[in-house]
Amino acid sequence: MAAEQELTPTGYITHHLTFNAERIGGEAAGGFWTLHVDTLVTSVILGALSLGVLWWIARGATSGVPNRRQAFAELAFDFIDEQVKSIFTHGNRHPFIAPVALTVFVWVLMMNAMDFLPLDWVAGALRLIGLHEWRLVPTADVNTTFALALSVWLLMIYFSVKVKGLGGWIHELFCAPFGSNPLAWPANLLFNLVEYVSKPLSHSLRLYGNMYAGEIIFILLWIWAATSLTGTAFATLLGVGWAIFHILIVVLQAFIFMMLTVVYLAMAHEHH
Amino acid sequence: MENLQLLAMIQAYTGIGIGLMIGLGAAGACIGVGIMCSRFLEGAARQPELMPQLQVKVFLLLGLIDASFIIGVGLAMLFAFGNPLLAVIPG
Repeated sequence: MAAEQELTPTGYITHHLTFNAERIGGEAAGGFWTLHVDTLVTSVILGALSLGVLWWIARGATSGVPNRRQAFAELAFDFIDEQVKSIFTHGNRHPFIAPVALTVFVWVLMMNAMDFLPLDWVAGALRLIGLHEWRLVPTADVNTTFALALSVWLLMIYFSVKVKGLGGWIHELFCAPFGSNPLAWPANLLFNLVEYVSKPLSHSLRLYGNMYAGEIIFILLWIWAATSLTGTAFATLLGVGWAIFHILIVVLQAFIFMMLTVVYLAMAHEHH
Repeated sequence: MENLQLLAMIQAYTGIGIGLMIGLGAAGACIGVGIMCSRFLEGAARQPELMPQLQVKVFLLLGLIDASFIIGVGLAMLFAFGNPLLAVIPG
């Protein structure tokens, strides 16, 4: 462990939950221009890797008998396409919606899957190259999930305006769902605003909360294991159980994030 | 001594708050998931051929129902380890 932090439970936890933050511009801690270098680097590397592999497989794709790589990529593609087909019925899903779904699913799955790597071992390896703080899981950073959710939110607004026109969209803001009587305009606007605020909030915080709570519970179990022999026994048992459950959560949360993306974009194409 | 008393009071009430957050959240999530899964089982018993599709939807809804609870757990962990309410005590 780093010498500057005493080995108390709170110290251990705080050390493991501190980001490798780099300030560019602004001296205030936590200012707008504080970058979480570990999140950015990990997410970019994972994105380039996973989507790059998919692109490389697609480049060598043949319409004859597929080899194993192509079969695997087609598995993923078909799975996503099935889900998108059942939700997005407003026209051709292939130019944009289905690729967005595939990208989001694969990327979020890879970022979540970083939670499978044992934290202390990776930290030991990273310390050899001089990095004393590195948080492995990008989606356990609220900035990542908010970036993804806000991008989806902007896409939602873009598609709403594109399908209904700017005037049509504003008309819908004021006149759905209670009707176009001017007395109902404040109520309509309130409902629509609540909907527009709650969607990205819940979208991002669900993913963030699952990954962050998962990490914290792992850390707490390891601290318990370090306290005594019975602690080790119980913590191992519960740790195995929680790890198995967490495997499900990792895949499930990526799936849910993708489904909600498609659902929100499909709802943006609807007319009222 | 005065500081210790204030500290103890804040920690005590924070502890109760954490328990309530996690407990009530878990109660709500588990009851909700129980109701949803009981409907799934009933529906699967009536129409077994729909079971695969319904199962996919069950997992989706599971994640949605769990969301508020997990956000609550995250907040509870924040209070447990980085309690912002302690900042009111000087030093």
